[in-house]
Amino acid sequence: MSFEQFKNIEQEYDIVVVGGGTAGPMAAIKAKERNPNLRVLLLDKANVKRCGAISMGMDGLNNAVIPGHATPEQYTREITIANDGIVNQATVYAYAKHSFTTIEQLDRWGVKFEKDGTGDYAVKKVHHMGSYVLPMPQGHDVKKVLYRQLKRAKVAITNRIVSTRLLTDASGAIAGVLGFDCRTGDFHIIRAKAVVLSCGAAGRLGLPASGYLMGTYENPTNAGDGYAMAYHAGAELANLECFQINPLIKDYNGPACAYVTGPLGGYTANNKGDRFIECDYWSGQMMWEFYQELQGGNGPVFLKLDHLAEETIQTIEHILHSNERPSRGQFHANRGTDYRKKMIEMHISEIGFCSGHSASGVWVNERAETSVPGLYSAGDMAAVPHNYMLGAFTYGWFAGTNAADYVAERELQPVDQQQITKEKQRVYAPLLRETGLPPNQVEYKLRRFVNDYLQPPKVTKKMEIALERFSQIEQDLEQIKANNPHELMRAMEVSVIRDCAEMAARASLFRQESRWGLYHYRVDFPERDDQNWFCHCHLKKDEQGRMVSFKKAVEPYIVPLPSHEKDAYHNLRLKASNG
Amino acid sequence: MSQKAHDIFFRSNAPVTVDEDKCIAHKGCTVCVDVCPMDLLAINPETQKAYMQYDECWYCMPCETDCPTGAVKVEIPYLLR
Repeated sequence: MSFEQFKNIEQEYDIVVVGGGTAGPMAAIKAKERNPNLRVLLLDKANVKRCGAISMGMDGLNNAVIPGHATPEQYTREITIANDGIVNQATVYAYAKHSFTTIEQLDRWGVKFEKDGTGDYAVKKVHHMGSYVLPMPQGHDVKKVLYRQLKRAKVAITNRIVSTRLLTDASGAIAGVLGFDCRTGDFHIIRAKAVVLSCGAAGRLGLPASGYLMGTYENPTNAGDGYAMAYHAGAELANLECFQINPLIKDYNGPACAYVTGPLGGYTANNKGDRFIECDYWSGQMMWEFYQELQGGNGPVFLKLDHLAEETIQTIEHILHSNERPSRGQFHANRGTDYRKKMIEMHISEIGFCSGHSASGVWVNERAETSVPGLYSAGDMAAVPHNYMLGAFTYGWFAGTNAADYVAERELQPVDQQQITKEKQRVYAPLLRETGLPPNQVEYKLRRFVNDYLQPPKVTKKMEIALERFSQIEQDLEQIKANNPHELMRAMEVSVIRDCAEMAARASLFRQESRWGLYHYRVDFPERDDQNWFCHCHLKKDEQGRMVSFKKAVEPYIVPLPSHEKDAYHNLRLKASNG
Repeated sequence: MSQKAHDIFFRSNAPVTVDEDKCIAHKGCTVCVDVCPMDLLAINPETQKAYMQYDECWYCMPCETDCPTGAVKVEIPYLLR
């Protein structure tokens, strides 16, 4: 038996978009709009109809910048402050200026947003300072709307392809994508002039407290494939130590949805039913207060709705039990949790990378370009802080348009057979092995180590041990046995998770200060140190194949911060909460 | 003599179940198999009905929601229930 027995399927496209969730479809559609003659392929390891973070829709926009309710400047200030100043404002500002255009596009396509009696968008206030939340009570059909537009735009779609590596040419620019079919096992070699990575968060990094491998906050297909592919192609990743950690429904591990319930009167409470934070918008500082309450004897923390009127509760049930994570109603029913009578027990999530919610991602500029020529990225995996679903759509738009312009004057580059052979050998090794470790056990152990050693508070010694353990897991990867292409997909995901785990440890060790509340609280460097660390920290694979970290200056602000607002997110704890 | 390790298969309780009287996979329907993001469902070649092949469920619901005959049911996996 040899890897050569697996069939090669070779294709050529102008642009390949990897990941068909939120940003990906938008990128593909906008590339075709820019130039209908382009050959554009959308790849997904699931099925584009129901893949990604919004597979069952979404209940609202968390960062809508709508004229009359908010300005791009105000939004850029708020995100800069919420992210402790470490932002490339050009990227946030580019999003904010385009935000309303994206909403209007989605509205024209048939995505329904809540409007008031006069037909104006019904914007709510959830953030600490401005108003950016726009409910979508009918948001369960977003994927259907996108799929219709993909068909209309004549985007080619191939489902069930696990992309594993990017092809690069002699100059280091993108030349294509390699992957395999998780059902047939066929090997795919797809030459392309440009690639858009929109593979979502690294959501299978930490192990959920339940111990159930796939009980993750993120759709577990989002294992971090995009982060690993970008890394191995030489791209820079930014501020990975700014982890994603979210306040969730305990065990169910889905969002409690304070963004939905907050404007209707719900709030986060401690075990006495008291409010302890002023604002439920997810930030490192909010998670810090949440963690203090959990650990400090006032926990558990709850979402409190039992004081609300019957009709309000029915509205909440209708929205939360039909959108985003609709099995939530069943979960509550099993445990006898009626919003009218009981508060909903919450907990904190496992760690992950996700720029959609925090700031950890593949570095991109305001054109969605990564540091690798021909490689674009958008959505949860692209480092535009707090970008959420609307940011994914918007940066998908930027990526599609700019990639279309880039490929206009470019030829397909010759492929390097060595890269293909090397990857084919790596991918098929677990299938060809006679016996070996089951992928799920290696994954369980790896992710348990992630929890043991990387979960904040971050301790230097623990993270050093983590690096030793992760290098042992690298050896274990050489012993994984996959019985079929499905298990091979899981085996390849374990290698992705391991790469992300090492990145998480090294990025966290590099930044020798504490910042972003709980996301990067280092016990050995407990203070924020603006003098030495008011900078981005980037990570990449260097010429020798080593994982290296380095500082990058924060770009000059486009929108200055008034001094009285700078620390707004450091004053989230209610002054009178326990009095 | 080399040591030989025999695989041990762990039991699991499938969170996704299919009512075979309602399932129309034998007529060519593959909706639930198509929409599962984790690719966990399959058609049993003997019965020509859909079933859950792998226990890696995210309890996300497209299989149940999109089934044209209401044959598919998703339970929260026991470990989280």
